[in-house]
Amino acid sequence: MRLALRLPRRREIVCQQAVELVTDYLEGALSRSARRRFEAHLAGCPHCTEYLAQMRETISLAGRVTPGDLSPRAQDDLIDLYRRWISEQQ
Amino acid sequence: MESDADLIRQMRAGDERAFVSLVERYNDSMLRLAASFVPSRAVAEEVVQDTWLAVLRGAAAFEGRSSLRTWMFRILVNRARTTGSREQRSIPVADAGPAVDASRFGPDGRWASPPEHWIEEAEERMAAGRLAGRIRSAIGDLPDRQRQVVTLRDVEGMSSEEVCEVLAISEANQRVLLHRGRSRLRQVFETDFRGAP
Repeated sequence: MRLALRLPRRREIVCQQAVELVTDYLEGALSRSARRRFEAHLAGCPHCTEYLAQMRETISLAGRVTPGDLSPRAQDDLIDLYRRWISEQQ
Repeated sequence: MESDADLIRQMRAGDERAFVSLVERYNDSMLRLAASFVPSRAVAEEVVQDTWLAVLRGAAAFEGRSSLRTWMFRILVNRARTTGSREQRSIPVADAGPAVDASRFGPDGRWASPPEHWIEEAEERMAAGRLAGRIRSAIGDLPDRQRQVVTLRDVEGMSSEEVCEVLAISEANQRVLLHRGRSRLRQVFETDFRGAP
């Protein structure tokens, strides 16, 4: 049920369709003609241009989440696990 | 930084520090991924421990054809799926639905209520160190399958191929889940940060 399949040929796409194409666009998964129409829409639509910028920002924000630290107890448990494994090897 | 392959070799030779380095490198990511499959933190920790044991036992057979991370995450996902999966109870419907609520468009499909600006506000909060927790919880609130894909792609920075391999899903399916997850996150950020003072 991808929207891309339902895109009318040669017709302009509208905002509601454009927002569904954003991920395929960023993933390089649009056909050449769909990409052209998507970019043509963006060129004339400041709202969808802003929307695309916000999707890029969303991705960027997710990428800046840093892992929390491992609790000392959990780390000790794993070290025990390792020592048992080593002793099994001998 | 030492490579994963070096650390695996040293770990197998009995170097505890190498094992600790691997744990520091990957344990938190594994815990997050496990938590998206099983109902509690305690069970997630068990799954991760089991995975480390499997990694130790299987290290000799690891051929380095995929990256260590992909290989370990694949083991983890298999274990998590067989350990009373919460995934099975989740409703696939959560993965359907539009990227943006239909009420925000007019009958002609154009924006009636256009996206409100929030990028600057988010960046300011990020710079002030007040945003990481909010992003983490927003990702945590995503439906399970979307959270798994968004976490692996956008937080861990895996490629789509790696994510498909780890989760055993198709490329198309991966893209749909990624699209839903990212769209939902964008909406959360818009709601949180728009017009903030």
